[in-house]
Amino acid sequence: MTSQVAERTWQHNVHLSGGAPAERPGEPAWLSAARRSAFDWLSQHGFPTRKDEDWRYFDLAPVLGLAFSPNREPSIEPRAADLGAVAGPSLGGPRLVVLNGRYSPLLSDVTLGLGDGLHVASLAGEIRDGGPGLAQRWGDGAYSHAFDALNAALAVDGVYIELAPQTTADAAIEIVYLTVAAGDLPLVSPRSVIFAQAGSRATIVETHLGLGHGHSLTNSHTRVVLAAGAHVEHYRFQAEGPEASHLSVVEVHAGEASRFASRTLAVGGLRARHEVRARLVAPSAELRLDGLYLPAGEQCHDNPVLVEHLAPGCTSRQLYKGIVKDAGHGIFNGHVIVGAAAVGTEAHQTNKTLLLSDRAEVDTRPRLEIFTDEVAATHGAAVGQLDQDALFYLRSRGIPDRDAQAMLVAGFAADVLDGFAPGPVRGLADRLVGSHLEAGSGAYQPEVKR
Amino acid sequence: MLVIEGLHVEVGRTEILAGLDLAIPAGEIHAVMGPNGAGKSTLANVLAGRDGYRVTAGRVKFLDHDLLAMSPEERAAAGVFLAFQQPVEIPGVPNMYFLRTALNSLQRAHGLAEIGPSEFLALAQDKVRLVGIDPALMSRSVNEGFSGGEKKRNEILQLAVLEPRLAILDETDSGLDIDALRVVADGVNALRRPDRAALVITHHRRLLDLLVPDRVHVLVGGRIIRSGGAELAGELERTGYTGLRDDRRDPVATIGASR
Repeated sequence: MTSQVAERTWQHNVHLSGGAPAERPGEPAWLSAARRSAFDWLSQHGFPTRKDEDWRYFDLAPVLGLAFSPNREPSIEPRAADLGAVAGPSLGGPRLVVLNGRYSPLLSDVTLGLGDGLHVASLAGEIRDGGPGLAQRWGDGAYSHAFDALNAALAVDGVYIELAPQTTADAAIEIVYLTVAAGDLPLVSPRSVIFAQAGSRATIVETHLGLGHGHSLTNSHTRVVLAAGAHVEHYRFQAEGPEASHLSVVEVHAGEASRFASRTLAVGGLRARHEVRARLVAPSAELRLDGLYLPAGEQCHDNPVLVEHLAPGCTSRQLYKGIVKDAGHGIFNGHVIVGAAAVGTEAHQTNKTLLLSDRAEVDTRPRLEIFTDEVAATHGAAVGQLDQDALFYLRSRGIPDRDAQAMLVAGFAADVLDGFAPGPVRGLADRLVGSHLEAGSGAYQPEVKR
Repeated sequence: MLVIEGLHVEVGRTEILAGLDLAIPAGEIHAVMGPNGAGKSTLANVLAGRDGYRVTAGRVKFLDHDLLAMSPEERAAAGVFLAFQQPVEIPGVPNMYFLRTALNSLQRAHGLAEIGPSEFLALAQDKVRLVGIDPALMSRSVNEGFSGGEKKRNEILQLAVLEPRLAILDETDSGLDIDALRVVADGVNALRRPDRAALVITHHRRLLDLLVPDRVHVLVGGRIIRSGGAELAGELERTGYTGLRDDRRDPVATIGASR
């Protein structure tokens, strides 16, 4: 199928299935306008192709070749037990569940960890009942690609989190996006907005999971706005089903002296692309972006990162590591732009890939663009295989080959995983990595360094 | 305990060991000395089972095992330990965890119960003190950023914890100061027991003065050309390897070659 045909079919489907604008009674005018402009953007720009720098290595054809239908009710109604089986135990704070793009009060558990100054709501509820805060922070109408615009056009629900000034949320706030498929090709478009007011602190864990069988497409968007001095630790675990396509954007707006850490882990999906886009808009903001991705089988995990330094004295550090097995495909496409105003910027970018098979594929592209002086910036990429000397060293001490390999793999991932908060968050990461690696060859012992 | 007979080993297309014979009975410490390129490290690596060495002839018997037929981990389980000349850095794998995993792998291979973290900690702490390794290095990645001396101490720590039947030290003494050298000697001496043995490969006499081997063998050109008591190390220091008489060469063959 040529891309034009695919695209026409797609747009046709999306419109027919009720995604088109101005069809939602009771929607506020600002939202109708935003959705309409997103649709216009999409119609104008079309879907990306391989000629597009940011989509060079990611094969969209299989996604565009399937007639996904948006905003449908899930074909199966999962119960709390089904959720527990895939999501594991609570992380000790509120758990907000978004089922096929809609907040599920039934599956959510907000009995824990809510205190003064922490406002948690469904996005639909906030649109209906909330103040003007959401409209201001919905998005700036700049889309990085057609799917980003498509989310803005189609999203009806998700989660809204707001932290009042100087509030500290003690327990991690967990958002679980559950995509349920049963051969019905759902296109799921959750959208969440996190607003951390001045001096507030929170840990937010977004987990994408799948249930059922057959293809699905999750196209999610999370926007995080940090006011001055806010401090957000953001985790994102992608463990969707084996046939899932997953496209997502986390967009960060970092205010003065704010600190944002993004730690992503990708183990699931068939084709998954997770974009982190961060703008450092005021002085002295600090950004830490770490990622671990483990494509195996026929999986492709794409990690585009865009960091824009727009103010003086900001820091950004990126460390992305890929462990690629079987015929997996790992992609890192990192781009740092240091604008003319961003004097005294410190920007570091590292990507390392461990290839565990001859058929494994890797593309890595760290990029730095600097438009000012007085910048300390580094970038680098390395691709390698298991160190045979290290393997022999471990085996010569009696550690069986398979365990020794698993130890080296765990050791490779350690500097990313060691950044994860000890306790339930690290536990969840270890569980996801462990079960993913055990599914193939080579056991993983997640006990390394606590 | 260890019997090597007529061992020929090639690396690439070059023959490094050319008919090496060596026997180490249980309870003894033997030293192998020799010039650069004589095949000392090749001997150590072949015994431990490293890839890249092709055995073209000969055999190696360790206890009841055909050593050359075994994987490195099987050799370790049988009781062979190689202290590396250049210990490998392993990023992301904490030293303590590595050591416990190694010990428990050996426990499992012997059908014994695994040793839990707290029990292991108690066991390791004594040995850590004994070899004088900075306890802070135990929570760091294996050998990563360790100084040369710290790496060697770490090898001896592993030796002390894993308690092998046969310890092979591949120039563990190179580049060490006298204190570290004593640690190495004490580590080997601590294992001096009737059912154990050690093969100490070295360039220098210094370690042998502290260790007092039962036998000293001279390895030149891929063969043991002379063996003697501990005093041979002293002789070597005076005469060097070139002035050494080749005890093993068949006199008839030598005469034949000179004609």
